[in-house]
Amino acid sequence: MNVDSIRDGIVIDHISAGCGLKLYRLLGLEALEVPVAMITHVASVKRGRKDIIKIDADIPVDLDVIGYVDPGATVNLIRGGRLLEKKHPAMPETLVNVISCKNPRCISTCEQELPQVFRLSSRENREYRCVYCETKAAGL
Amino acid sequence: MRSVIDVPDLSLSELDALMDTAEDIIARPDDYADACRRKKLATLFFEPSTRTRLSFEAAMYELGGNVLSVTGAATSSAAKGESVADTVKTVSCYADLIALRHPKEGAALVAARNASVPVINAGDGGHCHPTQTLADLLTIRREKGRLGNLTVGLCGDLKFGRTVHSLIGALSRYEGLSFVLISPEELKLPSYVKNDHLKRKNIPYCQTTSLEQAIGDLDILYMTRVQRERFFNEEDYLRLRDSYILSPDKLKKARPDLCVMHPLPRVNEISVAVDEDPRACYFKQVLNGKYMRMALILMLLKEAGKL
Repeated sequence: MNVDSIRDGIVIDHISAGCGLKLYRLLGLEALEVPVAMITHVASVKRGRKDIIKIDADIPVDLDVIGYVDPGATVNLIRGGRLLEKKHPAMPETLVNVISCKNPRCISTCEQELPQVFRLSSRENREYRCVYCETKAAGL
Repeated sequence: MRSVIDVPDLSLSELDALMDTAEDIIARPDDYADACRRKKLATLFFEPSTRTRLSFEAAMYELGGNVLSVTGAATSSAAKGESVADTVKTVSCYADLIALRHPKEGAALVAARNASVPVINAGDGGHCHPTQTLADLLTIRREKGRLGNLTVGLCGDLKFGRTVHSLIGALSRYEGLSFVLISPEELKLPSYVKNDHLKRKNIPYCQTTSLEQAIGDLDILYMTRVQRERFFNEEDYLRLRDSYILSPDKLKKARPDLCVMHPLPRVNEISVAVDEDPRACYFKQVLNGKYMRMALILMLLKEAGKL
Protein backbone atom coordinates (compact mmCIF):
# COMPACT_ATOMS: atom_id res chain seq x y z
CA MET A 1 0.00 0.00 0.00
CA ASN A 2 1.34 3.42 -0.91
CA VAL A 3 0.34 6.61 0.88
CA ASP A 4 2.21 9.70 -0.24
CA SER A 5 4.12 11.84 2.23
CA ILE A 6 2.42 15.08 3.10
CA ARG A 7 3.94 18.52 2.66
CA ASP A 8 1.85 20.74 4.96
CA GLY A 9 -0.39 18.95 7.39
CA ILE A 10 -0.63 16.69 10.42
CA VAL A 11 0.31 13.11 11.11
CA ILE A 12 -1.31 11.53 14.16
CA ASP A 13 0.96 8.61 14.89
CA HIS A 14 1.24 5.80 17.44
CA ILE A 15 -2.52 5.46 17.78
CA SER A 16 -3.43 2.21 19.50
CA ALA A 17 -4.42 -0.30 16.86
CA GLY A 18 -8.17 -0.16 16.39
CA CYS A 19 -8.63 3.35 17.86
CA GLY A 20 -8.01 5.20 14.61
CA LEU A 21 -11.58 5.13 13.39
CA LYS A 22 -12.93 6.42 16.74
CA LEU A 23 -10.44 9.27 16.62
CA TYR A 24 -11.26 9.97 12.98
CA ARG A 25 -14.93 10.36 13.89
CA LEU A 26 -14.48 12.35 17.11
CA LEU A 27 -12.13 14.78 15.35
CA GLY A 28 -14.82 15.33 12.74
CA LEU A 29 -12.45 14.42 9.92
CA GLU A 30 -15.21 12.81 7.87
CA ALA A 31 -16.77 16.25 7.43
CA LEU A 32 -13.56 17.77 6.00
CA GLU A 33 -13.03 18.16 2.29
CA VAL A 34 -9.28 17.64 2.49
CA PRO A 35 -7.24 14.51 1.81
CA VAL A 36 -7.16 12.29 4.90
CA ALA A 37 -5.57 8.87 5.05
CA MET A 38 -6.27 6.45 7.83
CA ILE A 39 -3.99 3.46 8.02
CA THR A 40 -4.79 0.72 10.46
CA HIS A 41 -2.80 -2.12 11.99
CA VAL A 42 0.56 -0.92 10.73
CA ALA A 43 3.57 -2.78 12.12
CA SER A 44 5.15 -0.85 15.00
CA VAL A 45 8.42 -1.57 16.77
CA LYS A 46 7.17 -0.13 20.08
CA ARG A 47 3.55 -1.28 20.06
CA GLY A 48 3.36 -4.24 17.75
CA ARG A 49 0.53 -2.69 15.72
CA LYS A 50 -0.67 0.88 15.47
CA ASP A 51 -2.99 3.15 13.50
CA ILE A 52 -1.92 6.35 11.74
CA ILE A 53 -3.97 9.29 10.48
CA LYS A 54 -2.47 11.64 7.88
CA ILE A 55 -4.22 14.93 7.18
CA ASP A 56 -2.94 16.69 4.08
CA ALA A 57 -3.96 20.19 5.17
CA ASP A 58 -2.96 22.74 7.78
CA ILE A 59 -6.05 22.54 10.00
CA PRO A 60 -6.44 22.81 13.77
CA VAL A 61 -6.96 19.49 15.56
CA ASP A 62 -8.39 19.17 19.05
CA LEU A 63 -5.56 17.80 21.17
CA ASP A 64 -8.03 17.12 24.01
CA VAL A 65 -9.88 14.66 21.80
CA ILE A 66 -6.64 12.87 20.95
CA GLY A 67 -5.58 12.83 24.61
CA TYR A 68 -8.96 11.38 25.53
CA VAL A 69 -9.03 8.65 22.88
CA ASP A 70 -5.38 7.68 23.15
CA PRO A 71 -2.92 9.51 25.40
CA GLY A 72 -0.12 7.45 23.80
CA ALA A 73 -0.67 8.99 20.37
CA THR A 74 1.68 11.65 19.00
CA VAL A 75 0.80 14.62 16.82
CA ASN A 76 3.38 15.65 14.22
CA LEU A 77 3.00 19.01 12.53
CA ILE A 78 4.52 18.90 9.06
CA ARG A 79 5.53 22.06 7.21
CA GLY A 80 7.31 22.07 3.86
CA GLY A 81 7.68 18.33 4.06
CA ARG A 82 9.60 18.52 7.35
CA LEU A 83 8.67 17.83 10.95
CA LEU A 84 8.02 21.20 12.55
CA GLU A 85 6.77 20.04 15.95
CA LYS A 86 5.88 16.83 17.76
CA LYS A 87 3.19 16.96 20.45
CA HIS A 88 2.21 14.41 23.08
CA PRO A 89 -1.41 15.15 24.04
CA ALA A 90 -2.21 14.52 27.70
CA MET A 91 -5.53 13.29 29.02
CA PRO A 92 -7.59 16.47 29.46
CA GLU A 93 -9.12 17.31 32.83
CA THR A 94 -12.42 18.17 31.14
CA LEU A 95 -14.01 17.26 27.83
CA VAL A 96 -16.51 19.69 26.36
CA ASN A 97 -18.86 18.59 23.58
CA VAL A 98 -16.73 15.61 22.62
CA ILE A 99 -18.86 12.77 23.95
CA SER A 100 -22.47 12.66 25.15
CA CYS A 101 -24.02 11.43 28.37
CA LYS A 102 -25.99 8.21 27.82
CA ASN A 103 -27.95 8.45 31.08
CA PRO A 104 -31.60 9.06 30.10
CA ARG A 105 -32.19 10.64 33.52
CA CYS A 106 -29.46 13.26 33.03
CA ILE A 107 -30.49 16.89 32.54
CA SER A 108 -28.10 17.11 29.58
CA THR A 109 -30.09 14.54 27.64
CA CYS A 110 -33.30 16.57 27.71
CA GLU A 111 -32.01 20.16 27.61
CA GLN A 112 -30.29 20.17 24.25
CA GLU A 113 -28.66 23.59 24.69
CA LEU A 114 -26.48 22.42 27.57
CA PRO A 115 -22.86 21.67 26.75
CA GLN A 116 -21.85 18.04 27.24
CA VAL A 117 -19.14 18.26 29.89
CA PHE A 118 -17.18 15.35 31.34
CA ARG A 119 -14.43 15.51 33.96
CA LEU A 120 -11.53 13.14 34.43
CA SER A 121 -12.45 11.14 37.54
CA SER A 122 -9.65 8.54 37.47
CA ARG A 123 -6.47 9.03 35.48
CA GLU A 124 -5.25 5.49 36.14
CA ASN A 125 -8.49 3.97 34.83
CA ARG A 126 -8.89 6.62 32.07
CA GLU A 127 -12.35 7.25 33.46
CA TYR A 128 -14.51 10.29 32.72
CA ARG A 129 -17.80 11.21 34.39
CA CYS A 130 -20.60 13.53 33.33
CA VAL A 131 -20.43 16.71 35.45
CA TYR A 132 -24.21 16.81 35.74
CA CYS A 133 -25.15 13.27 36.76
CA GLU A 134 -21.69 11.71 37.41
CA THR A 135 -22.45 8.80 35.09
CA LYS A 136 -19.30 7.16 33.76
CA ALA A 137 -18.60 7.79 30.08
CA ALA A 138 -19.14 4.75 27.92
CA GLY A 139 -15.88 2.99 27.11
CA LEU A 140 -14.03 3.73 23.92
CA MET B 1 -22.63 32.78 44.44
CA ARG B 2 -22.37 29.90 46.89
CA SER B 3 -24.82 27.05 46.37
CA VAL B 4 -25.07 23.58 47.87
CA ILE B 5 -25.48 20.85 45.28
CA ASP B 6 -23.92 17.96 47.16
CA VAL B 7 -22.53 17.34 50.63
CA PRO B 8 -18.86 17.60 49.55
CA ASP B 9 -19.60 21.26 48.76
CA LEU B 10 -19.41 21.70 52.53
CA SER B 11 -16.15 21.30 54.44
CA LEU B 12 -16.04 19.32 57.66
CA SER B 13 -15.78 22.54 59.67
CA GLU B 14 -18.82 23.92 57.82
CA LEU B 15 -20.73 20.72 58.58
CA ASP B 16 -19.80 21.07 62.25
CA ALA B 17 -20.86 24.72 62.21
CA LEU B 18 -24.21 23.83 60.62
CA MET B 19 -24.84 21.15 63.24
CA ASP B 20 -23.86 23.56 66.00
CA THR B 21 -26.28 26.16 64.62
CA ALA B 22 -29.03 23.55 64.38
CA GLU B 23 -28.43 22.54 68.01
CA ASP B 24 -28.57 26.20 69.00
CA ILE B 25 -31.86 26.66 67.13
CA ILE B 26 -33.26 23.64 68.96
CA ALA B 27 -32.14 25.09 72.29
CA ARG B 28 -33.19 28.71 71.64
CA PRO B 29 -35.79 28.86 68.83
CA ASP B 30 -36.98 32.34 69.82
CA ASP B 31 -33.54 33.78 69.05
CA TYR B 32 -34.03 32.81 65.41
CA ALA B 33 -37.70 33.70 64.99
CA ASP B 34 -36.94 36.88 63.00
CA ALA B 35 -33.56 35.93 61.56
CA CYS B 36 -34.83 35.90 57.96
CA ARG B 37 -37.46 38.60 58.20
CA ARG B 38 -38.44 40.01 54.79
CA LYS B 39 -36.44 37.30 53.00
CA LYS B 40 -38.03 34.93 50.50
CA LEU B 41 -37.29 31.30 49.76
CA ALA B 42 -38.56 29.92 46.44
CA THR B 43 -39.30 26.22 46.64
CA LEU B 44 -39.32 24.89 43.07
CA PHE B 45 -40.44 21.28 43.22
CA PHE B 46 -40.79 19.65 39.83
CA GLU B 47 -41.05 16.17 41.31
CA PRO B 48 -43.47 14.82 43.95
CA SER B 49 -42.36 15.52 47.52
CA THR B 50 -44.13 16.08 50.78
CA ARG B 51 -41.65 16.16 53.59
CA THR B 52 -38.74 17.88 51.86
CA ARG B 53 -40.83 20.75 50.52
CA LEU B 54 -42.75 21.20 53.77
CA SER B 55 -39.50 20.95 55.71
CA PHE B 56 -37.92 23.77 53.68
CA GLU B 57 -41.04 25.87 53.97
CA ALA B 58 -41.40 25.25 57.71
CA ALA B 59 -37.72 26.07 58.12
CA MET B 60 -38.11 29.41 56.36
CA TYR B 61 -41.28 30.30 58.25
CA GLU B 62 -39.63 29.49 61.58
CA LEU B 63 -36.84 31.86 60.65
CA GLY B 64 -39.43 34.59 60.08
CA GLY B 65 -39.10 34.52 56.30
CA ASN B 66 -41.56 33.99 53.47
CA VAL B 67 -41.97 31.28 50.87
CA LEU B 68 -42.81 31.30 47.16
CA SER B 69 -43.78 27.84 46.04
CA VAL B 70 -44.05 25.94 42.77
CA THR B 71 -45.14 22.33 42.92
CA GLY B 72 -45.19 20.05 39.92
CA ALA B 73 -43.90 20.72 36.44
CA ALA B 74 -47.46 20.74 35.12
CA THR B 75 -48.33 24.01 36.88
CA SER B 76 -45.14 25.86 35.98
CA SER B 77 -43.58 27.24 32.84
CA ALA B 78 -41.51 24.05 32.67
CA ALA B 79 -44.66 22.54 31.16
CA LYS B 80 -44.21 24.99 28.28
CA GLY B 81 -40.70 23.72 27.73
CA GLU B 82 -38.77 26.36 29.68
CA SER B 83 -35.23 25.34 30.56
CA VAL B 84 -34.01 25.04 34.13
CA ALA B 85 -31.58 27.87 33.43
CA ASP B 86 -34.32 30.28 32.34
CA THR B 87 -36.58 29.25 35.22
CA VAL B 88 -33.99 30.01 37.90
CA LYS B 89 -32.86 33.24 36.23
CA THR B 90 -36.46 34.38 36.43
CA VAL B 91 -37.03 33.18 39.98
CA SER B 92 -33.78 34.88 41.09
CA CYS B 93 -35.59 38.16 40.41
CA TYR B 94 -38.24 37.31 43.02
CA ALA B 95 -36.50 35.30 45.74
CA ASP B 96 -33.38 35.51 47.91
CA LEU B 97 -32.76 31.76 47.85
CA ILE B 98 -33.96 28.78 45.81
CA ALA B 99 -34.59 25.20 46.92
CA LEU B 100 -34.92 23.04 43.81
CA ARG B 101 -36.17 19.51 43.37
CA HIS B 102 -36.10 18.20 39.84
CA PRO B 103 -36.45 14.72 38.31
CA LYS B 104 -33.38 15.13 36.10
CA GLU B 105 -29.95 14.38 37.52
CA GLY B 106 -27.70 17.41 37.40
CA ALA B 107 -30.58 19.92 37.26
CA ALA B 108 -29.42 21.56 40.50
CA LEU B 109 -25.94 22.15 39.10
CA VAL B 110 -27.42 23.79 36.02
CA ALA B 111 -29.60 25.90 38.31
CA ALA B 112 -26.67 26.96 40.49
CA ARG B 113 -24.66 28.01 37.44
CA ASN B 114 -27.45 30.23 36.19
CA ALA B 115 -29.19 31.64 39.27
CA SER B 116 -28.08 34.92 40.80
CA VAL B 117 -29.16 33.74 44.26
CA PRO B 118 -27.96 30.67 46.21
CA VAL B 119 -29.47 27.34 45.17
CA ILE B 120 -29.99 24.40 47.49
CA ASN B 121 -30.37 21.02 45.85
CA ALA B 122 -33.51 19.50 47.33
CA GLY B 123 -33.02 16.35 45.24
CA ASP B 124 -32.09 15.93 41.58
CA GLY B 125 -33.50 12.62 40.45
CA GLY B 126 -31.49 9.69 41.74
CA HIS B 127 -28.35 11.76 42.02
CA CYS B 128 -27.98 13.86 45.20
CA HIS B 129 -30.11 14.91 48.14
CA PRO B 130 -27.68 16.77 50.39
CA THR B 131 -30.15 18.14 52.93
CA GLN B 132 -31.32 14.61 53.71
CA THR B 133 -27.71 13.78 54.48
CA LEU B 134 -27.47 16.84 56.71
CA ALA B 135 -30.51 15.56 58.60
CA ASP B 136 -28.88 12.13 58.87
CA LEU B 137 -25.62 13.54 60.21
CA LEU B 138 -27.35 15.64 62.87
CA THR B 139 -29.45 12.65 63.90
CA ILE B 140 -26.40 10.42 64.30
CA ARG B 141 -24.54 13.12 66.24
CA ARG B 142 -27.48 13.74 68.55
CA GLU B 143 -28.26 10.06 69.09
CA LYS B 144 -24.73 8.66 69.37
CA GLY B 145 -22.84 11.76 70.50
CA ARG B 146 -20.30 11.36 67.70
CA LEU B 147 -19.86 10.88 63.96
CA GLY B 148 -16.78 8.66 64.11
CA ASN B 149 -16.06 5.20 65.52
CA LEU B 150 -19.36 3.68 64.45
CA THR B 151 -20.47 0.55 62.64
CA VAL B 152 -23.10 1.66 60.16
CA GLY B 153 -25.45 -0.79 58.45
CA LEU B 154 -27.15 0.31 55.25
CA CYS B 155 -30.04 -1.88 54.20
CA GLY B 156 -32.30 -2.18 51.16
CA ASP B 157 -31.85 -0.42 47.86
CA LEU B 158 -28.18 0.50 47.88
CA LYS B 159 -28.02 0.78 44.09
CA PHE B 160 -30.51 3.54 43.37
CA GLY B 161 -30.73 4.97 46.92
CA ARG B 162 -29.17 8.42 46.60
CA THR B 163 -29.45 9.03 50.35
CA VAL B 164 -27.24 6.01 50.98
CA HIS B 165 -24.58 7.18 48.51
CA SER B 166 -24.54 10.67 50.01
CA LEU B 167 -24.42 9.36 53.57
CA ILE B 168 -21.51 7.02 52.82
CA GLY B 169 -19.66 9.92 51.20
CA ALA B 170 -20.31 12.19 54.17
CA LEU B 171 -19.47 9.65 56.88
CA SER B 172 -16.34 8.48 55.08
CA ARG B 173 -14.78 11.82 56.00
CA TYR B 174 -14.85 10.89 59.70
CA GLU B 175 -12.48 8.54 61.55
CA GLY B 176 -13.10 4.98 62.67
CA LEU B 177 -16.15 4.15 60.55
CA SER B 178 -17.00 0.73 59.18
CA PHE B 179 -19.93 -0.16 56.96
CA VAL B 180 -22.12 -3.22 56.55
CA LEU B 181 -23.89 -3.18 53.19
CA ILE B 182 -27.09 -5.24 53.30
CA SER B 183 -28.96 -5.66 50.03
CA PRO B 184 -30.19 -8.17 47.47
CA GLU B 185 -27.70 -8.92 44.69
CA GLU B 186 -29.59 -6.75 42.19
CA LEU B 187 -29.50 -3.67 44.44
CA LYS B 188 -25.90 -3.76 45.66
CA LEU B 189 -23.94 -0.58 46.17
CA PRO B 190 -22.47 0.56 42.81
CA SER B 191 -18.75 -0.11 42.48
CA TYR B 192 -17.96 3.55 41.85
CA VAL B 193 -19.37 4.48 45.28
CA LYS B 194 -17.29 1.73 46.88
CA ASN B 195 -14.20 2.82 44.97
CA ASP B 196 -14.60 6.56 45.55
CA HIS B 197 -15.48 6.47 49.23
CA LEU B 198 -14.51 3.14 50.79
CA LYS B 199 -11.67 1.46 48.92
CA ARG B 200 -9.78 4.65 48.21
CA LYS B 201 -9.86 5.63 51.89
CA ASN B 202 -9.28 2.08 53.18
CA ILE B 203 -12.56 2.12 55.09
CA PRO B 204 -13.57 -1.38 56.17
CA TYR B 205 -16.85 -2.71 54.80
CA CYS B 206 -18.60 -5.98 54.18
CA GLN B 207 -21.51 -6.95 51.96
CA THR B 208 -24.25 -9.35 52.94
CA THR B 209 -27.75 -10.29 51.91
CA SER B 210 -28.80 -11.10 55.49
CA LEU B 211 -30.16 -8.39 57.78
CA GLU B 212 -30.62 -10.93 60.59
CA GLN B 213 -26.94 -11.89 60.59
CA ALA B 214 -25.68 -8.30 60.50
CA ILE B 215 -28.04 -6.49 62.87
CA GLY B 216 -26.29 -7.48 66.11
CA ASP B 217 -23.05 -5.72 65.11
CA LEU B 218 -24.53 -2.35 64.25
CA ASP B 219 -24.52 1.06 65.97
CA ILE B 220 -26.65 2.53 63.18
CA LEU B 221 -29.15 0.76 60.92
CA TYR B 222 -30.13 2.90 57.96
CA MET B 223 -33.14 1.35 56.20
CA THR B 224 -34.19 2.41 52.71
CA ARG B 225 -37.21 2.01 50.50
CA VAL B 226 -37.08 0.27 47.14
CA GLN B 227 -38.19 3.19 45.01
CA ARG B 228 -40.70 2.48 42.28
CA GLU B 229 -39.77 5.67 40.40
CA ARG B 230 -36.16 4.54 39.92
CA PHE B 231 -37.17 1.41 37.96
CA PHE B 232 -37.93 1.27 34.27
CA ASN B 233 -39.44 -2.16 34.76
CA GLU B 234 -42.44 -2.72 37.08
CA GLU B 235 -41.71 -6.45 37.36
CA ASP B 236 -38.26 -5.82 38.82
CA TYR B 237 -39.71 -3.34 41.31
CA LEU B 238 -42.37 -5.75 42.55
CA ARG B 239 -39.89 -8.60 42.90
CA LEU B 240 -37.44 -6.59 45.03
CA ARG B 241 -39.85 -4.44 47.01
CA ASP B 242 -40.28 -6.82 49.93
CA SER B 243 -36.64 -7.88 50.24
CA TYR B 244 -36.14 -6.57 53.77
CA ILE B 245 -38.71 -5.77 56.40
CA LEU B 246 -37.56 -4.69 59.86
CA SER B 247 -39.84 -6.12 62.55
CA PRO B 248 -39.77 -6.09 66.38
CA ASP B 249 -38.70 -9.72 66.17
CA LYS B 250 -35.59 -8.89 64.12
CA LEU B 251 -34.79 -6.01 66.48
CA LYS B 252 -34.46 -8.46 69.38
CA LYS B 253 -31.02 -9.38 68.01
CA ALA B 254 -29.90 -5.75 67.89
CA ARG B 255 -27.92 -3.76 70.43
CA PRO B 256 -29.97 -1.84 73.01
CA ASP B 257 -28.46 1.45 71.81
CA LEU B 258 -28.97 0.80 68.09
CA CYS B 259 -30.20 3.85 66.17
CA VAL B 260 -32.71 2.88 63.45
CA MET B 261 -32.92 5.47 60.70
CA HIS B 262 -34.88 5.82 57.45
CA PRO B 263 -35.07 8.78 55.05
CA LEU B 264 -38.83 8.19 54.68
CA PRO B 265 -41.34 7.75 53.21
CA ARG B 266 -41.45 4.07 54.07
CA VAL B 267 -43.67 1.59 52.33
CA ASN B 268 -43.42 -1.59 54.37
CA GLU B 269 -39.71 -1.98 55.07
CA ILE B 270 -40.14 -1.00 58.74
CA SER B 271 -43.15 -2.47 60.54
CA VAL B 272 -45.31 0.15 62.20
CA ALA B 273 -44.84 -1.80 65.47
CA VAL B 274 -41.17 -0.75 65.44
CA ASP B 275 -42.23 2.90 65.83
CA GLU B 276 -42.80 2.33 69.56
CA ASP B 277 -39.27 1.02 70.07
CA PRO B 278 -36.98 3.69 71.60
CA ARG B 279 -34.36 2.76 69.01
CA ALA B 280 -36.60 4.07 66.19
CA CYS B 281 -35.15 7.46 65.24
CA TYR B 282 -36.69 8.12 61.82
CA PHE B 283 -39.23 10.69 62.95
CA LYS B 284 -36.52 12.48 64.91
CA GLN B 285 -34.64 12.53 61.60
CA VAL B 286 -37.52 14.42 60.01
CA LEU B 287 -37.39 17.07 62.73
CA ASN B 288 -33.61 17.28 62.55
CA GLY B 289 -33.93 17.84 58.82
CA LYS B 290 -35.92 20.99 59.42
CA TYR B 291 -33.32 22.33 61.84
CA MET B 292 -30.46 21.61 59.47
CA ARG B 293 -32.33 23.31 56.62
CA MET B 294 -32.80 26.33 58.89
CA ALA B 295 -29.07 26.34 59.60
CA LEU B 296 -28.26 26.00 55.89
CA ILE B 297 -30.63 28.79 54.87
CA LEU B 298 -29.00 31.07 57.46
CA MET B 299 -25.50 30.17 56.30
CA LEU B 300 -26.19 30.75 52.60
CA LEU B 301 -28.08 33.99 53.10
CA LYS B 302 -25.30 35.31 55.33
CA GLU B 303 -22.65 34.34 52.80
CA ALA B 304 -24.66 36.03 50.04
CA GLY B 305 -24.69 39.22 52.11
CA LYS B 306 -28.44 39.15 52.49
CA LEU B 307 -28.48 38.96 56.30
